[in-house]
Amino acid sequence: MAAADKPPVTGAGPFNDLLTWIDQRFPLMETWRKHLSEYYAPKNFNFWYYFGSLALFVLVIQIVTGIFLTMNYKPDAAQAFASVEYIMREVPWGWWIRYMHSTGASFFFICVYLHMFRALLYGSYRKPRELLWIFGMLVFVCLMAEAFFGYLLPWGQMSYWGAQVIVNLFDAIPVIGPKLAIWIRGDYVVSDATLNRFFAYHVIAVPLALLALVVAHLLALHEVGSNNPDGVEIKKVKDPKTGRPLDGIPFHPYYTVKDTFGVVVFLVVFSIVVFFAPEAGGYFLEHNNFIPADPLKTPLHIAPVWYFTPYYSILRATTENFMWVLAAGVVAMAGLIIWSVKSTAARICVAALAAVLLAGFFTLDPKVWGVVLMGTSVMIFFFLPWLDQSPVKSIRYKGPITKTAIALFVIAFFVLGYLGTQTVTEERTLAAQIGTAVYFLFFFLMPWYSKMDKCRPEPARIGSK
Amino acid sequence: MSDSSKPNSARRNLVIASACAGGAAAVGTAVPFVASMLPSERAEALGAPVEADISLLAPGEMTIFEWRGQPVWVVRRTKEMLDEIKKADSKVADPKSERKKSELTPEYARNEFRSIKPEYLVVVGICTHLGCSPQAKFKPGPEAFESDWAGGFYCPCHGSLFDLAGRVYKNKPAPDNLRVPPYTYLSDTRILIGEDKKGA
Repeated sequence: MAAADKPPVTGAGPFNDLLTWIDQRFPLMETWRKHLSEYYAPKNFNFWYYFGSLALFVLVIQIVTGIFLTMNYKPDAAQAFASVEYIMREVPWGWWIRYMHSTGASFFFICVYLHMFRALLYGSYRKPRELLWIFGMLVFVCLMAEAFFGYLLPWGQMSYWGAQVIVNLFDAIPVIGPKLAIWIRGDYVVSDATLNRFFAYHVIAVPLALLALVVAHLLALHEVGSNNPDGVEIKKVKDPKTGRPLDGIPFHPYYTVKDTFGVVVFLVVFSIVVFFAPEAGGYFLEHNNFIPADPLKTPLHIAPVWYFTPYYSILRATTENFMWVLAAGVVAMAGLIIWSVKSTAARICVAALAAVLLAGFFTLDPKVWGVVLMGTSVMIFFFLPWLDQSPVKSIRYKGPITKTAIALFVIAFFVLGYLGTQTVTEERTLAAQIGTAVYFLFFFLMPWYSKMDKCRPEPARIGSK
Repeated sequence: MSDSSKPNSARRNLVIASACAGGAAAVGTAVPFVASMLPSERAEALGAPVEADISLLAPGEMTIFEWRGQPVWVVRRTKEMLDEIKKADSKVADPKSERKKSELTPEYARNEFRSIKPEYLVVVGICTHLGCSPQAKFKPGPEAFESDWAGGFYCPCHGSLFDLAGRVYKNKPAPDNLRVPPYTYLSDTRILIGEDKKGA
C-alpha cells in the first residue's frame, strides 16, 4: 500500500500525528494489527498457556542480566572464578544480577518444559503446526547449548568436569571423534582456549540464533493460529460478515492482560528464589561449583544441573548388558513395522536398518550407543507430529491408552531426572534402564497405540458437545 | 529477451555457474574460521615430558603428576595388591590389554600388571568413558558400587570400575582400560612420563 493511501492513525490522542508519520514510512499499524490487536486466539486458553509468554519474559531477563554480567566477567582460566566472586561480593548489586541470571537459567527450563508438556497434552504439534513445533524444538536445542556453554564460565569444579564429560561425548563418534573433540576444545583437555570460545558462543553466537528462532516460532504461530485445550480449529467457524473466528478473541487486550498477570505471579515466585534460595539446595547452583576448577581432581560426585539429568541418566543406563535389551527392542520394532507397512521396499529398508543397528550394537562400544541414545532422547521430540496418529488432538478426547502412556512417560522423565542427580549403584542403574525403556517406548509405539486408542469425537466448536 | 515466458537457458546456466562459484568461495572462506579453532602451536608444545620423583612414595600409596594437563597416577603396589590383580582377571573386560594396544598400552606394559616394574603402576588418571578422573579406592571389602570389591579405582561420574592395574571391569560404561602413558625409568626413583626409550 502506498504511503499516501494509508488512513491516518486514530485513537492515540496527542500521538496520532507522530504515529501517522511513522506509519507512512514503516508498517507500524499493520504489524500491530496482525500480531496483537487483530490476532485472534481461542477464547479458552487455560493455565498451561502462560508458559510461552513467560519463557519469552525469562529470555529478556537473561539477555539484560547477561549484558551486565559481561561488564565484569573475565573469560580467562586464571581470572574467571575470581571475577565471578568479584561480581558476587564487590560489584554493587552484582550478586542480584548474577542470581537473577543463574535462577533465570533454571526457570527458563521450567517454563520451556511446561510449555512443551502443554503441546503434548493438547496436540499442539499436529497439522498444521508441525513447523511451529520444529522451530520450538530448535529453540529448545539452542537453549540446551546456551545453558551448557554458560555453565563453564564460572570455572568451578562442576563447570570444568561437566564440560569435560560433555565434550568427551563427541570423542565417542567413530573415526572423526577424537579430532572433533580436540577441535571443540581447542586443546587436548578443557582449558583456557575452551573457556574463551565457550564465552563467545554463550554471549553472541547462540543468543543470535536463539532470537532468530524465537521470531520464526512466533511468525509460524501467527500464520497457523494458536491451538487450544479442546484441540479444535477456531478458523473453521468464522463470522460471515467480518471473517473473524467466532471462538477467537483479540490477543490484545485479552491475552496481554492475562499474560501480564502471569508475569506478576511469576515474578513473585522468581524473586522468592532469587532472594531466599538462589542455590535451590544445590539444584540451581551446585555446591561443588563454589570450588575453583581443578584439572587433576574430579569431585566426589558429579552431576549435571537438574534440567539435563533425564538425558544424562539415559547415557549412564547404556551398559554392556543393556545392549541386549536394545537389540531385542530393535528386532521387535522392525517386526512391528514390517507387519504394519504394505510396501515391499519399505519392509526391506526397515530390515536392512535393523540389521545395521544390530551389527553396530555388538561391534562398537556401548559408550557410543549411550551417546546415540542420549541424542535420540532429545531428537525424537522433533518427530512427534508424525508419531501421533490419533484422530483427535487434545487429551480431553483421547482414550485411556494415551492417557496412561503420557502418565508413564512423565513418571519415567521424573525418575530419570532424579537418578541423574544421584551416584551410581546397581539398583539405580536398573531403575534408569527401566526408565529409559519406558521413555523410548512412549515415542516408538505411539503410531500404533495412538491409532488404536478409543477416542471421543472432537466437538465442532469450543465448549460445545 | 525475446520470449519472456520461457527462461533464457544461457542466462540460467550463467546464474547456476556463478552461484556454484560463489558457493565454492563461501566454503573456502569457512576454512580459516574452522582452522582457527584448532589448538595453536603453543598449546601443542605444552605436551613435553615430565620428570617424576617417586622416592618418597610409600607402599600402598598413590601420587599424582600433571602431564599434558592430565593427571598421571603412580601407585606403589604391595604384594597383597598384586595378588588382588591376579584374582580380578575374571572380572575385568580386557585382562590381557589387547584392545587398542598401540593407543592404550605400550609394549613394555602389556603384561598382567600393566607396568614395567610390577611394583609401580603408571597410568593416566582419566576414565576412558567420558574423561572424569576416577578415585582411588584401594581398600578391599563391600562397597555401594560392588559388594565384593577387590580394591582399585571408582569413577564417580558414571560408575566405571578399574582394578589396581587400571583394567576396566566388565559391564561398565567405560569401554577400555586406563591408558598407560609412554614412560621410562631414569633411575630407580625417577621416572620420565611422556617419553620412552623408543622416543615415542
